[in-house]
Amino acid sequence: MEKQVILNAKHLELTLKRLCHELIETHNDFNETVIIGLQPRGIHVVQRLKEQLENILGKEIKCGSLDITFYRDDFRRRETPLIPSVTNIDFSIENKNIVLVDDVLFTGRTIRSGLDALLSFGRPKSVELLVLIDRRFRRDLPIDANYVGKAVDTLLSERVSVEWAEIEGKDKIVLFSKENDE
Amino acid sequence: MNNLSVEHLVGIKELSSEDIHLIFKTADSFKEVINRPIKKVPSLRDITIANLFFENSTRTKLSFELAEKRLSADIVNFSASGSSVKKGESLVDTVNNILSMKVDLVVMRHPNPGAASFLSKKIGAKVINAGDGTHEHPTQALLDAYSIREKLGSVEGKKVVIVGDILHSRVALSNIYCLQKLGAQVMVCGPLNLIPKNIKELGVKVSTNLKEALEWCDVANMLRIQLERQDETYFPSLREYSMLFGLNKEILDSLSKKIVVMHPGPINRGVEITSDVADSEQSIILQQVENGVAVRMAVIYLLASQIER
Repeated sequence: MEKQVILNAKHLELTLKRLCHELIETHNDFNETVIIGLQPRGIHVVQRLKEQLENILGKEIKCGSLDITFYRDDFRRRETPLIPSVTNIDFSIENKNIVLVDDVLFTGRTIRSGLDALLSFGRPKSVELLVLIDRRFRRDLPIDANYVGKAVDTLLSERVSVEWAEIEGKDKIVLFSKENDE
Repeated sequence: MNNLSVEHLVGIKELSSEDIHLIFKTADSFKEVINRPIKKVPSLRDITIANLFFENSTRTKLSFELAEKRLSADIVNFSASGSSVKKGESLVDTVNNILSMKVDLVVMRHPNPGAASFLSKKIGAKVINAGDGTHEHPTQALLDAYSIREKLGSVEGKKVVIVGDILHSRVALSNIYCLQKLGAQVMVCGPLNLIPKNIKELGVKVSTNLKEALEWCDVANMLRIQLERQDETYFPSLREYSMLFGLNKEILDSLSKKIVVMHPGPINRGVEITSDVADSEQSIILQQVENGVAVRMAVIYLLASQIER
């Protein structure tokens, strides 16, 4: 496996800061807006956004996490079933603006499942999507992000991995490619 | 491990402790799901389940039905009364007729011990045992252990006493297997003639003194006297049974610690448990019922995930 760093720690921090300001441009003081991270990896992006936003705005930002395992379209098509993660949405999403957050946008299938899962909690006013990495031109479904950290061109065989200091030891985003590919 | 080691849920005896932990972990997610405004997930949209009840049931049948509906499965219900079973059809024929209507999974309650195991070897669909005579009632044991885990944090190292008609109880046998696999100590307590002779071989303690058993335990699971299964009289009167083995407030308050009280239902108030105990803070009887749906969703979900598409 060959590695290529897409974003290092310094750039990642800059990107997150920019995304926060973009969010504030649209959602002002976040009075009617909540952020929901998709399990398992979107929640780490939410954690960073929350810290930054709370720093800038000086108030608490409501955040939740959403697991989409039971809404996937590949149940019984996988070798082994997936173990679900925790869903924690301890507020009403009725009439709220929702920012759905994930680390990597690829085929769009996870987001499709996420939208379905989200609607079991009520009827939001609007839903937007924020992703750190957009693997553009790789969509299976007509889904696009409103806020993008960085768009990258990738091959189907490649893999994008977002790593965090608190889990993997270092903040960075890496592109893995198989050696014998083109 | 993301997959159960068994293809059917016939009994707890066949499960590994990893299986049980996997079911509990999955049930945690479903418990959250059934407390949402929309208590339903689309996972089993393309699965059809038949509920075959050859013996009466209210809570188990309702609980399975709700679990199936909340997973979006299509279901058909069948009960022995008013069916062709009365016309002399055999079990395998009845079930094969239902299966030819493309059913993927069968939930069955049957008065004969071993019926679920027999069926699982004869048919192509998945089988979940919802109680087979005096043998096993695996989902009840799973929800009991799950409720203990929820209330006390874990099952390992806990002391559980099962009180009542152990001889005729499938709940008792499944509970013994399940609790032991999870590392709990188990005692059975009741009139000596309602305790199977060789039960000590399963590694459980035996007591005939309720007070002594309650002093020992962290959790007391009170069973119903299964009068419908008793072909002879085992004790002089229900009143006498109740005086010796019924759980009342007086005994409960006389104990040196606060124990957790459970009951698989249906309750005979005033016989094995008095109303004030059943409705007390120490009782988790209604939590057991709620957890029953989540645990059954987990079992169905995990078994259904093995069905080839």
